[in-house]
Amino acid sequence: MITFWVLAIVMLSSAVWCVSAKKPVYSVVALLAHFAALAAMYLTLNGEFLAVMQVIVYSGGIMILFVFVIALLSSGVAPFSVGPNRMPRIGPPAIVVTLVALGGVTYALARAAVVTPAISGSGSRLGPVGEANVFGSVADFGHALFTANLLPFEVTALILMVAVIGVILLAGDKSASAPSRKQAADVRREMREAILRGGE
Amino acid sequence: MMNAPAVPLVDYITLSSVIFFIGVAGVVVRRNPLIMLMSIELMFNAANLLFMAFSRAWLQNEGHVFAFLVITVAAAEAAIALAIVVTVFRTAKNVDVDDVAMMKG
Repeated sequence: MITFWVLAIVMLSSAVWCVSAKKPVYSVVALLAHFAALAAMYLTLNGEFLAVMQVIVYSGGIMILFVFVIALLSSGVAPFSVGPNRMPRIGPPAIVVTLVALGGVTYALARAAVVTPAISGSGSRLGPVGEANVFGSVADFGHALFTANLLPFEVTALILMVAVIGVILLAGDKSASAPSRKQAADVRREMREAILRGGE
Repeated sequence: MMNAPAVPLVDYITLSSVIFFIGVAGVVVRRNPLIMLMSIELMFNAANLLFMAFSRAWLQNEGHVFAFLVITVAAAEAAIALAIVVTVFRTAKNVDVDDVAMMKG
């Protein structure tokens, strides 16, 4: 209970800091704190595999990608306009709409939760975190992933491949990706001459 | 953790909704594409927290599987979005989303 509230306060404050920070680097730091608290909360929910994945994929992968892009873009020039917001009037109505939607979604989800038991430490499949073959363990998760949910897993692989190809197409170096017809002809001519010289 | 007093599921739902809408506010109000992307990551993670909480409440680990899939999709989305940001910066030398409106029509 105390763990939940401490983590909740950390998550909320770091989320607010992330959204309101002036510089993107501060947002990255806030988001790292948020993800650390979220991984700890996954642990309290017996999601040990997901907690580790959260740290590895988000904190280790995605956030580092953000840091690299920030470092790449802000070397030498200031790419982000620091002037006044072009749409200053969007703030208040956006916040009002957001709060209304927040209330609606929370109400709907809370009604759905009435039929659900509270998160407690009792249950037949529960055991300490780190023990095999209890709810949320790596063995349990792997069994669920590779038997009943194999198709979503394969679709994930397809998504990742499409993403990799898309990133290469978008950000790859166009000049280095494919040799031009002239370059290929040059290479062929040099090879032919080298072979002819070797034959003499 | 085994004998901890029960946390009502409504608390998880409220926390997740509030974080989700902090992310929504970030996307709507901020004009920096990187911070907008980070707000989208916040929303992904709020949804994931709800997956984990409901999964734990019903002791069904399909929620874990789909939280895993959401993490994968978020990673792919972040990679592609950052590639777009880099490409736009190469051509325009400026990545303010108000200036990058050539597809507005």
